[in-house]
Parts: sequence; structure tokens; C-alpha cells
Amino acid sequence: MQFDLVRRERASVRMAVLAPLLAIVATGAVAWLIFALLGRDAGYALWVLAVSPFTSWYDFSEVLLKTAPLLLVAQGLAIGFRARVFNIGAEGQLVLGAIFASAVPVYFPDATSPLLWPAMMLLGILGGALWAAIAAFWRTALNANEILVTLMLSLVATQLLNWLLLGPWKDPAGFNFPQSVMFQFEAMLPTLLPGTRVNISLIFAVVVSLAAFVLMQRSLTGYRLVVGGTAPKAAGYAGFSASHAVWLSLVLSGAAAGLAGAAEVAGPLGQLQRSVSQGYGFAAIIVAYLGGLHPIGIMVSSLLMAAIYIGGDNAMVSAQLPQAAVRVVQGLLLVFYLIAVTLVRYRVVRHRSVTP
Amino acid sequence: MTPLEFILAGTLAAATPLLLAALGELVVEKSGVLNLGVEGMMALAAAVSFIVAYETGNHLLAFLAGGVASMAAALVFALPVLSFRANQVAAGLAVGILAGGLSALVGRSYESLTVTALPKFSIPLLTELPVIGGVFRQDIVVWLSVALAFAMAWTFKRTRLGWTIRSVGENPNAAHAIGTSVLGLRLACIAFGGLLAGFGGAYASTVYTPLWADGMIAGRGWIAVALVVFGTWQTGRVAAGAILFGALSLGELVVQATGVNIPSQLLAALPYLATIIVLGLISSNRQRLRMYSVASLGEPFRR
Repeated sequence: MQFDLVRRERASVRMAVLAPLLAIVATGAVAWLIFALLGRDAGYALWVLAVSPFTSWYDFSEVLLKTAPLLLVAQGLAIGFRARVFNIGAEGQLVLGAIFASAVPVYFPDATSPLLWPAMMLLGILGGALWAAIAAFWRTALNANEILVTLMLSLVATQLLNWLLLGPWKDPAGFNFPQSVMFQFEAMLPTLLPGTRVNISLIFAVVVSLAAFVLMQRSLTGYRLVVGGTAPKAAGYAGFSASHAVWLSLVLSGAAAGLAGAAEVAGPLGQLQRSVSQGYGFAAIIVAYLGGLHPIGIMVSSLLMAAIYIGGDNAMVSAQLPQAAVRVVQGLLLVFYLIAVTLVRYRVVRHRSVTP
Repeated sequence: MTPLEFILAGTLAAATPLLLAALGELVVEKSGVLNLGVEGMMALAAAVSFIVAYETGNHLLAFLAGGVASMAAALVFALPVLSFRANQVAAGLAVGILAGGLSALVGRSYESLTVTALPKFSIPLLTELPVIGGVFRQDIVVWLSVALAFAMAWTFKRTRLGWTIRSVGENPNAAHAIGTSVLGLRLACIAFGGLLAGFGGAYASTVYTPLWADGMIAGRGWIAVALVVFGTWQTGRVAAGAILFGALSLGELVVQATGVNIPSQLLAALPYLATIIVLGLISSNRQRLRMYSVASLGEPFRR
């Protein structure tokens, strides 16, 4: 199959909306094939994965619960991606946020101040931002590639978490499980929707999304970031500093991931656990791209990704599909999206052989 | 065996998965493409080759199956990147996540089974040497990997193929103008890199620690990508870096054996911390890095 890509004069808005939908359809088809090859009832598995999260109020409230961390992390990452700063270690920044926030109830288990959870959120933001700041320093002062450094810092963060949970922070009454003490009531986020586990982290996520919208679409700083990413030379001539963009986007995305981690321990978990991040750091990369790196698009794509998580949980129970199926679907989605999104800027024309 | 002897004897085996994957990534990057899916591709190969080794007992078949599986994942990466000029960072991550998920999916019912590793054989006389003698007692894959490193260094320095790959990475437009098929060559390099990453994963799950578990690649794929930067895109230095990191990963076992009271998590984090530090040291010399790095790395090619 020979074809050429011819650059469009203007990016196609219709294709920009259509690209994620095409990716979803193609992902469904290939996932169906893979599940069938593994000997599962592929149609049923796919239905559980994609549709079941929307069939009951309980399932949908769990989707909303998962949307919050994905949305927070993805909005932060997208700022960097548009400036060509590739923070792929949000996983580690989220873990550090969770650790920093957990320090409060771990060291003050009897405190009852109403300021407890707000303090934890601030510490979480600080923890994530500091972890990302290491990568920013390594990039700006030492010129080290931020992709590798943020990723390595993620692997270090996991070991740090393991050490805390097996050592100094292990719950003495926890039957030797690697987890901290259960947090007191004041350390928990207030519930948003009564009768569900959805807490006010969803509000944090929406506020951060609006802030990201204002920053990226309406402010000069956001404009500079985008110009720096798409036309670094032009940005350089205009006096925009590249290291400023690196610091801003890494610290902002680290802070958002840190807040997500803090909200996880102060929300659905209620304690610090090894499984504090269920791959949110990587899933959020997909959420960011699938949303076209646009704050509004990301709000839609985070809901979709959260649904796939809940669908994955359901599929494990009712369709004997391991959780790893979620990772397969995530990877497929991004591969197909990257193919489809090319059509926003290019037209496909059938190849005519032109002799040079 | 003293700790030093243990480290010297075990270093090459510990380095082999890193070396294979890093050599593969080096070829890919030399052609101007950045593939960040190595970790997932190694994991997929580790699962597939473990299953084949478990079912057939044949290591050759296992390595082939793992290599082919990883190469298939590499071709999935090549499609958006070469045909659709997609962002290489995102495409690499996508294929890494996809392949990692597939590995857990296909390998689930083989979790924590074991297979027999490859036999080690000694080089006569050299093995008798004190202290360093253990270095010369290795399995066949270790020797083949070392030979491959030499062959690759020679290819890039002395052969037409090596020079063509380098020209495609340095200046694809010029290479295209003199009739080189840039996309064809990049496709071949991506496939070859996938094959080697697969061999690395196969070695990890069927020889080095002959068992399969989800997450067993444990960052080796990422370290392999970092090794290419360490080695400033030169085969010899990449290989030396792999051996250094092989030794470092044994530190955990040695310290535990000697009973020194250091938290094992700190030791497990040591290779990652070392990666961060060395990356900073190497990259801070900007001029040298620019001199050796591949000019078109990460840039899609437009005819």
C-alpha cells in the first residue's frame, strides 16, 4: 500500500475531533482480536471493559473517583508536552506527593485539627514539585535528558515507598502488611457525592483543568511555552528562555501529580499503600495525548480512561480477564491515536510515482 | 568465593540483558530514531521466551520466539513513526505500555514457574587464574553478546552498511538525495533493535534468573536506553557502561551476603541513582555531547 502525506494548508478541526474516535474504534477491533486469540468470550469482555462502567450509578461514581487523579496528572503533563518537555515520571511525583501527605497522619495520628487534610494537600503538592524539580535542575544545569531522569526518579520513588512501608512507617498493628496506619477522620478528604466514595479531589481536578485552560489558551506565559515547543528558534530570538520553560512545566506537572497522590491517600485509600498509583503516571500520558494536549479535550479523555480502569476491574471479576488487559487497551489507544492524529495536519493521497 | 570474585564472575552475565538491549537501541538511534519502548519489548520477549522454554525445553527456540515477539512490537512502533511521522517519544511509550501489558496477559499462567538455565562452560587455563578466573566461565549467550559488540563497533567504523546507517541518522535529506532509502533503512534498524531487545529479555527470563514474573525486567530496558547516552553513541563505551551496570546490580546481592546493614531498597535503587548521576556528568559537557550525538535523532523524515 503506497501513499503520500500531503500537508494541509490548515489543520483540520473535523479530524481533530474525529481522531480520538477513530482510535477508540480501532482499539476495540484489535482488543477484540487479542481477547479472542486468548480464548476469551471477546465480545462480552469488550462490553464489560467499555460499557459496564456506565451501567450503574455505583460503577459510574467509581469512574468519577478515578477520573480525579488521571485528570490532575494529565493536565500537568500536557503543559510540558506542548512545550516539548517530556515528563514521563509523573508516577514517581505522585508517589512522593502521597508520601509527603502521609507524613502528617503518620507522625500526628491523634491530631484532630480541621486543617489536617488541607495541610496534607499542600505537602503533597510540595513533594511532587520537589521530585520534579530534581529533574528540572538536572536538565537545566547539567543538560541531562528529562525523559530518562524523570523515569529513573520514578523507579527510585518506588523503592523509597517500599522502604518506608516495610520499615519506619509500617503499621505495627497491621499484621506485617506493607502499609501505614489507617488515617484519622480529620486526615480524610470530605465526600462530594453522598453515598459514594467520590470526594472533593474531583473539584481540585476541575479547578486545575480550568487553571490549565487559562494558562495555556489565554495567557502570555502559556503562549511562550507553546511557541518554545513548536518553534524553539523563534522563541529564542524573542528572548524566551528555554530553561524557564523546563522549570515551569516540570514543577507545575510535578505539583499536580503530587496533589493527585495526596488525594489518593487522603481519599479512597485512607492510608499509604504500595499500590498508591495504579499506573496513573503512565495512563495520564495517554490521557494527555488522547485529549489533543488541550485542557478541555483532556477532561473528556480522562473520563474515558477512568472508565477503562473500572471496566478492567469488572472484567477481572466477570470475564476472567487479567488487569493487564487495561494496559494493552491503553497502549493500543495511544498507538492508534498517534496514527489518526496525523490526519489533522496531513491529507492521505494515493501514491503516484514521481521520478526525481 | 570472596565478594570481589563473585562480582567479577557474575558481572558479564548480569550485563548481558543490558548489553543486548543497549546495542539494539544504539543501532536504532544511530539511524535517527528514538525508541522508548525497550522496557516493554524486553518484558514481552521475557514472557514469550519463558513460555517456549518451559514448554519445549529448547533455549534456541525460546530466544527466537522472544526475539520475534519483540521485533513485532518494534514494527508496531515503526508504523506510526515512519509512515505517519508520529511523535517518537509518545509512540515509544505507547508500544512500551502495550508490550508490557501483553507480557502480563500471555505470561499470567506461567507466573513463578522455573526452567533450567543454559550450561556454563570454561575456557581452559584462563579459568584457573586466581580471582578473575570466574570471568571465563560463562554461557554461550554471554560470549556471543561480547562478540556482537565487537562486530558492531567494526561495522560502524569500517563498513559501508555502518556508514550508511550513520549518514541516515546524521543527515537523512542528504542520504535520500544520494539514493539511500531512509525509511527502509530506519525500518530495518528498528526491527534489528527490537530483535536484540528481545534477546535481552529472553536472556533475563530463561538464563539469568530462569523464571518469569510480571515486572521482572525491573527498569533494565530504561537503563539500556540511558546506556546509549552514557556511551555517547559509541559502541565500545556503551558496552563498557553495560558491564559497569552489570557489576552495580550485583552489589545488592553482595552486600546482603556480607551482612552489612543497609536497607535492601537503597541497594535496589542504586542502579537508578547511578544512572541519574552519570547522566548528569556525561551530559554536562554539552560540546562533547553535541559532537557525538546523532543530529536527526527524534526528527521525523519528510521526503
